Amino acid sequence: MEHIPILKMGEYLLVSIQVDMHDQLAITLQNDLAEKIAKTGAKGVLIDISALDIVDSFIGRMLGNIASISKVLGAETVLVGMQPAVAITLVELGLSLKGMHTALNVEKGMQLLSRLTGKDQDYTSRKQ
Amino acid sequence: MEAAIEEKTIKIKESNDVVTVRREAREYAEKLGFNLLEQTKIVTAASEIARNAIVFGGGGIARFTTIEKPDKRGLQISFIDHGPGIEDIEAAMKDGYTTGGGLGLGLGGTKRLMDEFHIRSEPGKGTSVTIVKYL
Ligand SMILES: Nc1ncnc2c1ncn2[C@@H]1O[C@H](COP(=O)(O)OP(=O)(O)OP(=O)(O)O)[C@@H](O)[C@H]1O
Ligand SMILES: [Mg+2]
Repeated sequence: MEHIPILKMGEYLLVSIQVDMHDQLAITLQNDLAEKIAKTGAKGVLIDISALDIVDSFIGRMLGNIASISKVLGAETVLVGMQPAVAITLVELGLSLKGMHTALNVEKGMQLLSRLTGKDQDYTSRKQ
Repeated sequence: MEAAIEEKTIKIKESNDVVTVRREAREYAEKLGFNLLEQTKIVTAASEIARNAIVFGGGGIARFTTIEKPDKRGLQISFIDHGPGIEDIEAAMKDGYTTGGGLGLGLGGTKRLMDEFHIRSEPGKGTSVTIVKYL
């Protein structure tokens, strides 16, 4: 079965969706992430969707599920890199992705995750 | 003078066929000259209706037709299934109405994304949805 790779980086899990998301793949990702969070005790999940050229109601629902499941398992989820055309279409479709944390790119997403999890991953810099 | 050129019909049956429909929709939309945002709307709408036809209608066909009229050019996509049909179309069109544990956004959302949206359904016979976007 096809899986989307999940990378571990410190206390965070990183997912970059590079393929056309068919429904089963989205469900598999949801389950894989739940397992991996439980196994690693990850505190945050960053999902890069910059390569996704659409988000429809099914994919949107899966992304929302991932955020909810992660939360229950003690991890915050940040969605990054949504293309502007995808964002506009999503809102018109009626999907608000309410309650999901989003950021413009991976770097900003990592900063947001640090704040959400109350940690500064960059130990050399001091918290303000 | 009214001509429809380039028609293509594909069978949709399995959940993976939603991806095929998305690819075809993208290709047609691109070729016709729709901009990126319009392409995204068309592909998203096609994805919604294709999934409905497969999940609720047990599969069927998707037909792509380019519209070439003197005053209007565009893309029309029709989805036809011979599933159980929809008892109450008005209810099904409402955001949040779902019998499948979804978000209930597919039909209403698709209507918002496209320029034309036509749905016909007969309980026990099937459902056909036609969506159109003009350039
Ligand atoms: N082709 C079809 N055949 C039979 N019933 C259908 C068909 N398409 C839609 N329906 C019915 O209409 C309802 C609403 O469809 P809609 O696409 O708006 O929402 P959904 O598919 O349930 O959820 P979502 O699209 O948000 O994932 C469906 O739950 C289903 O009961
Ligand atoms: Mg639907």
